[in-house]
Amino acid sequence: MKVAITSKGVTLDSEVDPRFGRAPYIVVVDTETLEFEAVDNSSNVNAFKGAGIQAATTVCEKGAEVLMTGYCGPKAFATLEAGGVKVVDDVTGTIREAAELMKSGKVTYSTAANKEAHW
Amino acid sequence: MIISIASGKGGTGKTTVSTNLTLALGDRVELLDCDVEEPNAHLFLKPEIEQTRRVETPVPKVDLEKCTFCKKCQEICRFNALAVVGKQVLVFSELCHSCGGCMLVCPEKAISEVGRELGVLNFGNRDGIRFINGLMRVGEAMSPPLIKQVRANANPDKITLIDAPPGTSCPVIAAMNDTDFVLLVTEPTPFGLHDLKLAVEAVKLLGIPAGLVVNRADLGTDDVYRYAEQENLPILLSIPFDRRIAEAYSRGKLIVEEMPEWREKFVGLFEQIETIVNRSKAQLCANS
Ligand code: SF4
Ligand code: SF4
Repeated sequence: MKVAITSKGVTLDSEVDPRFGRAPYIVVVDTETLEFEAVDNSSNVNAFKGAGIQAATTVCEKGAEVLMTGYCGPKAFATLEAGGVKVVDDVTGTIREAAELMKSGKVTYSTAANKEAHW
Repeated sequence: MIISIASGKGGTGKTTVSTNLTLALGDRVELLDCDVEEPNAHLFLKPEIEQTRRVETPVPKVDLEKCTFCKKCQEICRFNALAVVGKQVLVFSELCHSCGGCMLVCPEKAISEVGRELGVLNFGNRDGIRFINGLMRVGEAMSPPLIKQVRANANPDKITLIDAPPGTSCPVIAAMNDTDFVLLVTEPTPFGLHDLKLAVEAVKLLGIPAGLVVNRADLGTDDVYRYAEQENLPILLSIPFDRRIAEAYSRGKLIVEEMPEWREKFVGLFEQIETIVNRSKAQLCANS
């Protein structure tokens, strides 16, 4: 299964970035093979507003089934939902640990955004 | 002539200054309350509201029957207000700035306009003094579009006074931009000074001549006066802390109504502004 994880770096040992819209990278990992692709999310880091929406469309385009991150705002959540992507938040550790957690199935999908909209 | 009355933070007496100045100058002026999140000038000027108008801004609506999900609309939107995912186009209308770009770029003509309510405009009058305020819809996130609508209704034949929202961000810029003079209202306290400095920086960026009214002038420290001197910011009026003024305020009365000697002081304030504006216009002409 393909899972997108917000990341501070470009390797499996990089740390999970708790921010979604403003994380520098989104690493898309295949939980079976651990093959991965690091997607540059930095054009979003400086977005004035709606960074999460952009990041969400990127995740949808990459064909990920699940997004793992720290916090996800309501607009990003709505976008992911429309794209059929499930969300796991409050994720910490490395990308590898997150991918393994996903594989083990011991995750709780969120049913709503866990972060307020900000203006 | 357009004069905006601003302050770095709320509660410095900005509305006291704008409403007293308005009443002192009489029917040659109009007052536009652009503090659309919390308008309160009407509580003191007490105009008779004659007309209320709803204001909308156009936002896109996508016809999914025509849409081919090409994403051109999403790519052109600088405000991330559109997201094309799967077989859906999500519109986050609260992020939309109504630029119309998405509609222009859509090859399938799948996008039409619908209105998003920004709030209402109230038009009124007090003894021939024209009054307008805007009241933002609860839940609306952006005030500049409504502020622009309030200002679009200004009468160029009148002296326009604008009560700007507090702060130094976009809404204040929308209220101060393209005015002839910014009258800054402050208090001589450390907090007052801190916020005044931010406001002065914003005014400098806009390149508009400015002057200062110091409210509760005899409380606090000298720092504001030293700062004003250093910045070449003329102090055009000082309002002392006076029990009668505070009482008038708490009863919703204007100083110029209760203490007629103040009428002249506010007229004098305006005359100084007029002199500065004319001088800076003359300078502009000389330079060009
Ligand atoms: S530009 Fe038009 S056709 Fe293309 S995705 Fe947007 S609405 Fe659909
Ligand atoms: S009108 Fe402009 S700001 Fe609004 S959604 Fe379309 S492109 Fe974005």
